Amino acid sequence: MAECVNDSDAEGRISYGDYVVLKRGDVFKSVQVENKKKVVFEKQWFFLDNAVGQLYGTRFEIEAGGSLKLKITILFSPVTDSKEAGQDNRHIVDDGRSQKLSRDDIETLKEQGLKGQEIVQQLIDNSTTFKDKTEFAQEKYIKKKKKKYESDITILKPSTRLLAMMYHGREPGKICHLRYDTLAQILTLGNIHAGSKIIVFETCAGLVLGSVMERMGGYGSVIQMYPGGGPTRAGMESFGFPSHFHETLHEFPLCKVNALLAGTLDLSEKDETSGVSEEKNSEHQSMEVSVDPQEEMRRAERERLREQRAQEKKVKMEEKRKKLASAAALLEGRNADGLVIASRFHPCPVLMGLLKFVAPSRPFVVYCQYREPLIECYTKLREQGGAISLRLTDSWLRHYQVLPNRTHPVLLMSGGGGYLLSGTTVAADAAKARNQHKSEEPVAKRLKLDKISSSCDSSA
Amino acid sequence: MSFVEYSEIIQEGDVVIIFLGHESMMPIKVQSGAQTQTRYGVIRHSSDLIGQRFGSKVTCSKGGWVYVLHPTPELWTVNLPHRTQILYTTDIANITLMLELKPGSVVCESGTGSGSLSHSILRTIAPTGHLHTVEFHAQRAEKAMQEFKEHKVSHLVTVRNHDVCKDGFGTTAIADAVFLDIPSPWEAITHAKSAMKRKGGRLCSFSPCIEQVQRTCEALLDHGFEEICTLEVLLRVHDVRTVSLPLPDFGPEEGSVDSSQMASDVGQEEVPNTGNTSVICRTAKPPREMAGHTGYLTFATKPLN
Repeated sequence: MAECVNDSDAEGRISYGDYVVLKRGDVFKSVQVENKKKVVFEKQWFFLDNAVGQLYGTRFEIEAGGSLKLKITILFSPVTDSKEAGQDNRHIVDDGRSQKLSRDDIETLKEQGLKGQEIVQQLIDNSTTFKDKTEFAQEKYIKKKKKKYESDITILKPSTRLLAMMYHGREPGKICHLRYDTLAQILTLGNIHAGSKIIVFETCAGLVLGSVMERMGGYGSVIQMYPGGGPTRAGMESFGFPSHFHETLHEFPLCKVNALLAGTLDLSEKDETSGVSEEKNSEHQSMEVSVDPQEEMRRAERERLREQRAQEKKVKMEEKRKKLASAAALLEGRNADGLVIASRFHPCPVLMGLLKFVAPSRPFVVYCQYREPLIECYTKLREQGGAISLRLTDSWLRHYQVLPNRTHPVLLMSGGGGYLLSGTTVAADAAKARNQHKSEEPVAKRLKLDKISSSCDSSA
Repeated sequence: MSFVEYSEIIQEGDVVIIFLGHESMMPIKVQSGAQTQTRYGVIRHSSDLIGQRFGSKVTCSKGGWVYVLHPTPELWTVNLPHRTQILYTTDIANITLMLELKPGSVVCESGTGSGSLSHSILRTIAPTGHLHTVEFHAQRAEKAMQEFKEHKVSHLVTVRNHDVCKDGFGTTAIADAVFLDIPSPWEAITHAKSAMKRKGGRLCSFSPCIEQVQRTCEALLDHGFEEICTLEVLLRVHDVRTVSLPLPDFGPEEGSVDSSQMASDVGQEEVPNTGNTSVICRTAKPPREMAGHTGYLTFATKPLN
């Protein structure tokens, strides 16, 4: 296999500074490759330096001392005594004493440098009940031991799939318990694609933002609305996007939305020098007091630092103003191609506020961990108009174990993955009348409710 | 208009979606001088559509109105003419995520069928990716090619008319992802593997029957695929309703508990002066029936060579 991998080889190799995803079995972790930095993953610690220059997707084993070594893939089938197996478990007594090796023995074997698969072989050889187990039970036993003692890790390129599964498995609270299949729905229902202009409001650690950016491929623009001090982007960084992707990303604070809608948002350049001159005055006064040359030097130094900091602050403020202006320019046209909301905030006001920035005939998707807030959104939208094809949904997800004669759904299943409200915007005029005309409630029910409300009026 | 790029104004030759009301839509091809009949009257393309903004309300001849929508793969999926059973948005969304599709991805697909998934893939991989789709039925392959042209996406797709199990995808070592929706996917695994890039890739097979899934998983294992995972996903719709629930009459009681007390016990607002009082609940209920099965999705990773 001497031929080199032609397809964008450089892109396919692990480098320092890259964000990668470590995988061991079904467990994932996102880390950045740094020089001689200790990484802890699945109760093991190691350094990633030996991985640099290798291709993504490479499997490694962890040597004593924490360095990575390329894993040579030999398909391991443990040797079992002449395929001896039992028919069923009627005589197998689980007294916890069938394994002759103690925990200390196994530690010793590990210290002797025995590889994972060799340890598994030892465990089989020292189990009194192994030969009595059924073939299926033997396979299950081997699989379980392999999972525990074979400590290979694979280094992968980040993707929405891996990061969404990682967050949902490790820290669901950080992403409002958004399950990966629900995220899949958001991206597809929202018609997220290259070249569009999407508004995102999320408090999912940046995972939703990152997945939207991945689907846009660096084309178009994403405006991230943020609630407080600044936008959260940690999860987005884990995607390891090339730098030009960041140029498509804008941010806009929610607290300025009303001003923008009213047309009163102040984007003019401000003179920040007033604060600096005050400090200068107080400094000037104290200058009168001491004439000591050392003191003089230190004061001059402090003065210089103060000016430097003031200058940096000025530059930062200007940058911030420019960013605000560019985001405002994108929003002002009220022609965004889509809206994605996934946060711990009550979705109703967020949705009603941000929908104003979306063009007609464009999709929007709102995620909420709970159902009732979305029912409120639905009701409000029906009253107000401007949206059609409203749907409140959630998805049911089930994994299967597929093995010969042992195929069945997996025993534990996800209880829920959150709820979505999706719809399409339309031109707002007369939409209200349209919605009453095309009410989804059956006629009989509507008449009854009308009767109730009219009798209220008459008795007032 | 195109299925991979938004535009603002309707033009001649566009495919647009007419929204008539709840769960009622139809696709039409905009042509100068043409007319379309709807239950609300006639839509005249030249005056009512061409030059109008997508999302506008259009008044038809009988006085009723409709909305004109920009096509999307999701709208297309529920409105396209079926030549075969199709994949719906719920499965499509998961396939897209699990195959890690994005702009620039190269995808191999078989069978093309009615093009439901194809349109969604094209939208996701545009503008720099490519879809190689194989359909063994000559007329369906032809119809698919026609539609891709009309929808202005043919530069992103190559349709081939042959049997993928015998002749593969027509290319090798170029795909980031392979999708199979055929009767015997296990027969196409070798070809799928060779179509995928050497650095690895993702595979998905969609099968309605568990027996097909079992044979496919076995074949995947034999060919060295990893991370083999089978799942199914179903969408549950919640119909939002405002319901009125009557309160019972337990007869008069000492210390008179009146109906407003009962209503507040239930935690809802009372509807006054209706004799037998009721409370209003804003809730959502499931539909009477729902799609219980579409197919099993089996995913796998082809590892680095």
